[in-house]
Formats: sequence, C-alpha cells, structure tokens
Amino acid sequence: MLQMLGKGVIDLTVNGELRSVLAKPSDTLLTVLRTQLGLTGAKPGCENGDCGACTVLIDGWPIKACLTLAIEALGHEITTVEGLKDAPVQTAFIEQWGFQCGYCTSGFIMVCHALALIHPDATNEVLADWLQSNLCRCTSYEEIERAVRSIITT
Amino acid sequence: MILIDFEYYKPDTVQAAVELYQQLTIQAKQPLFYSGGTEIITLGRVGKLYTGAVIDIKGIPECNVLEIKNDQLIMGAGVSLTRLAEANLFPLLTESAGRIADHTSRGKITLGGNICGNFIYREAVLALLASDSIVTIASENGCRTVPIMEAFYERLQLAAGELLVQVATDATYLSLPHRGVKKTRMDRIGYPLVSMAALRINNRLQVAFSGVCAFPFRSLKLEHELNNDGSHETRIANALQHFPAPIVDDVEGTSAYRKFVLKNTLEDTLTHFEGV
Repeated sequence: MLQMLGKGVIDLTVNGELRSVLAKPSDTLLTVLRTQLGLTGAKPGCENGDCGACTVLIDGWPIKACLTLAIEALGHEITTVEGLKDAPVQTAFIEQWGFQCGYCTSGFIMVCHALALIHPDATNEVLADWLQSNLCRCTSYEEIERAVRSIITT
Repeated sequence: MILIDFEYYKPDTVQAAVELYQQLTIQAKQPLFYSGGTEIITLGRVGKLYTGAVIDIKGIPECNVLEIKNDQLIMGAGVSLTRLAEANLFPLLTESAGRIADHTSRGKITLGGNICGNFIYREAVLALLASDSIVTIASENGCRTVPIMEAFYERLQLAAGELLVQVATDATYLSLPHRGVKKTRMDRIGYPLVSMAALRINNRLQVAFSGVCAFPFRSLKLEHELNNDGSHETRIANALQHFPAPIVDDVEGTSAYRKFVLKNTLEDTLTHFEGV
C-alpha cells in the first residue's frame, strides 16, 4: 500500500523526465510544479477548479493541477506547457492572436493541445464543452476558438 | 494551498481500505475516503473541512471497473465522469452527469465522489435512480448489494466507515428511450435550477430530479401522476403535489421560477416521449 504520512520526497515524471520533489501529502500538484520544479507555466488563478489557468496534462488528459494532490500524480505522465515544443497549438495561438495578458494562456493551450490529439475531428459541441473549462478575462474567446479550430479537422 | 495537513494512504483492496478506516478512526484521525478529491481539496483550502488522513480508493481494482458483464454495466466508484462519458456505455448517465462542473473538472470528479459528496446536487445519481441501479457498499463486515432506491434518501445512506465500491445497472436500461436535461440560470456551467434524468420502460416514465429540492430524488408517487391518463397539464399539476420537500428558493432562482422551469421541462419531456 502506498502511503505518505508527512513531508517526503516523491518522484514525479514531468515532461518526460523523472523529477524528485519534496512535498507534503496535502500539497497540490500546482504548488509542487511551481515551487519545487520552477515550472510556472501553470498558474494559480482561482485555486478552486473554476478558471483552468492551472491546467496540465496527466497521461494526456487535461487536469486542473489545483484540484490534484502531488502524490496522486505519482506513476503518471505529467505534461506542463513547458513540455510542449512548438506544438501546433502554440503556433496557432500566436497566429490567431489568442492571448493578451497571457495568464490564462498556458491553461488554454494545454486543453486545446489535448483536444486536438484526443478529438482531432471535434464537433462544435465537443469543442465548446472542452473550452468551457477555462476562463479568459482579456479576449472575447473568438481568437482562442479560431486558434483551436485551425488545428482540428472539422 | 490546503490549510490542513493530512496523511495519505492508497490501499490496494477494499478490505484494506475499510480496515484502515477503522484503524485511523481509533487513532482519532477522522479519516475520509478520497476518490476524485475535488471536494476535499476545495473545502480544505478554505478551512471548511478537517481530516487527519485520506484513503485514496483509486488503487482498488473494483473501484476502477467500467464494463458490461453478465448483462450489467458495472461502474466503479473511482471512475471519473469523463471516462464514463468517453465510454458512453450508458447514454442517459453521460447526459445527466455530463453537465456537472466543466469538462476538465469531470476528469477528476468521480462517480462515487459526486454521489457521496457534500454538495447537494449529486447529479450523477439521477440516471442511476431512474434506472433502478444497484450499489455495492463495503464495510468491515463485508460487502452488501442494495437497490439504490433503498440506499439513497437525500443522500447515499452510508454509515461511518462504509465505502461505495460500485454501481451496477441492468443492461436493459442502457438503450432505453431517455432524456437528460439540465436548466441553469445563465451559463451552461453552473448549479442547476432543474436537473432531470428520465427514461421510458414498458411505456412508463421513470424520472429523477436534482436542483428542485434540497436533495436529488425519485418519487414513485410523482411518476404515477406523470404516467397517468389525461392531459400533460393535468398530469404535471398533479405530479407537482408529490415533491418530497419544498422547492428551493436561493440565489440561483426563486422557488416560483424553479417551478416555472420545472413545469416547462416536464412538458417538454412528456412531449419528447409521447408527442403533443
């Protein structure tokens, strides 16, 4: 049985690398990624699972890192925005002007990246369903939608 | 940042989980079973929940099952709502649970967590109530299997230390004519004014609601009225006499508005299944 009774070292697979972090059982993945690994792409917005600015991928699926304990991610593949290397979605966001202040952008990029891989032929309903997981206070969302539509096939 | 410190355990078996709960209780650690954990984390962050230990059930194979076996759909309590939706083995459940929170959050929210959590809506239970599903509950005394209509009253009635392991739905129900509806005040994502899961079996409607009263419910007396003869208007008016509690009046909507939305939802539902 896996157990973690207090602060200790856990090994997480982040962006393809095995990384050791010192964490408490109650530390969220968001906190650990930012403070222990310096991966500050995932942002603390609401820290309540509402805004999506903290979105990362776990085993290829979008997950809100503020709603995930670091210890829960043990044994899984974690991908942060820093782990994307010129992914089509990143180019699309630049070309379509899909950001202003950029604070929500990493979260949106992770969701859109996963959507394009999991549902490359996403219908409008699927696209809307996925994108409603993230909030942006700067843009009108149209640019973000154009960016993700430019990389899916419908 | 969660304001409380707690221990984390991830047992491999149901028996280990329930025994561990008892041990931690004796140690005064006020343990909680942890599935998706979204409620524990969000309430812990604002200091509205205390626990000295969480028992993560996601390492228990029975809690991660999602399969059709022996003419039953077996769903583990640890299965995420996203996984349920992507498999879409039970379309009514996909519809009624598919509007809980948002898509990314549903990748963390689990079937058992939503049903057993403290938030009053518990919309994942609606399709299960409507489909006469069965729940398997574990305790230190072993496992028991109970019809959900007997085990669920306002919430799943679990004694301290009991763990929801699985839910089973007869495969007959999976492909029945059905309708899942969620009405919110404004946005697509939000708490429900009215959330409903309905299916039609043997020319009779079976229907469960959330958001209308302070808890999800399925009322056989209400169904009797909806399945009666007569105009839609008469049947709906009679059905509204059998809600188990007052209609909620809160910031999402007044009780009068909820009643208005509910009437229209029932009218649309009867029309959907029967025509005008």
